[in-house]
Amino acid sequence: MAPKLEELSVGQEIGTRSIAVTRQDLVKYAGASGDFNPIHWNEAFATGVELPGVIAHGMFTMGSAVQLVSDWAGDPGAVVDYQTRFTKPVIVADTTGTGEPGAVIEVSGAVGAIDADARTARVDLTVTYDGQRVLMKSQAVVKLP
Amino acid sequence: MTINPDLQGRSYPAVEVYDVGREKIREFARAVKATNPAHFDVQAAQALGHGDLVAPPTFAIIVAQRADAQLIEDPDSGIDFSRVVHADQRFTHHRPIVAGDQLIAELHVDGVRAMGGGAMITTRAEIFAVGDGTQREKVATTTSSILVRGEGQ
Repeated sequence: MAPKLEELSVGQEIGTRSIAVTRQDLVKYAGASGDFNPIHWNEAFATGVELPGVIAHGMFTMGSAVQLVSDWAGDPGAVVDYQTRFTKPVIVADTTGTGEPGAVIEVSGAVGAIDADARTARVDLTVTYDGQRVLMKSQAVVKLP
Repeated sequence: MTINPDLQGRSYPAVEVYDVGREKIREFARAVKATNPAHFDVQAAQALGHGDLVAPPTFAIIVAQRADAQLIEDPDSGIDFSRVVHADQRFTHHRPIVAGDQLIAELHVDGVRAMGGGAMITTRAEIFAVGDGTQREKVATTTSSILVRGEGQ
């Protein structure tokens, strides 16, 4: 059920989500998106360009974080605008074969603004990894019935 | 090599059509851990009023990054891809992308700003759906800033 615009208030929380990430997830995202930059799958290459290790695609983090909003809205097509700044990398440890995540991204969302004329609500996302925000000004605008 | 300051204001026309397939939508949705049935089940998408499977909100990055590649691979741009960091990204959807769409992207270089020994480059991809004739329908506008790190950055 889609939330009703009239029943929303600024500051209202829409929920939280934990996203477990493995190296395999990054390989899957590389294939699905066509972004094969080796910093997202090769440790030696990543450290060779002065990164602390293999890092998630910023677009993987952005794309998976918005699922909280899509599911809250009930219709992924309702997300009419979505933006973010990438501030810190998500470093994904090699846990291949252990069943453990290589990193965990925490997402929470709250209503940041309501536009009654446009019938949209802006959801502000807080996206953290290892206690630090990895996305800033992460805002999704949702069209509501 | 330094970034060519004359890039600002440059445009790259649409070169190829991107056919949005159902399996690509499903694959991309799984890759971003999306579970909404509207990405996987045609009837579920139609129940929400869409003509076919709906793409996730960041799906247009596939089309936008293909357009960006024209700039990055332009030998005249001076961009070293191994020194590129994604700084920010925005998607504005004029309508949802659905399976069966045929998309083209025009790329515009909106800003080039020197930063230390590197540069921040802002690009905008205007994504249209094309039909059989010459008509174009605006589907999405994406904007992206990349930081090209200079030496020692």
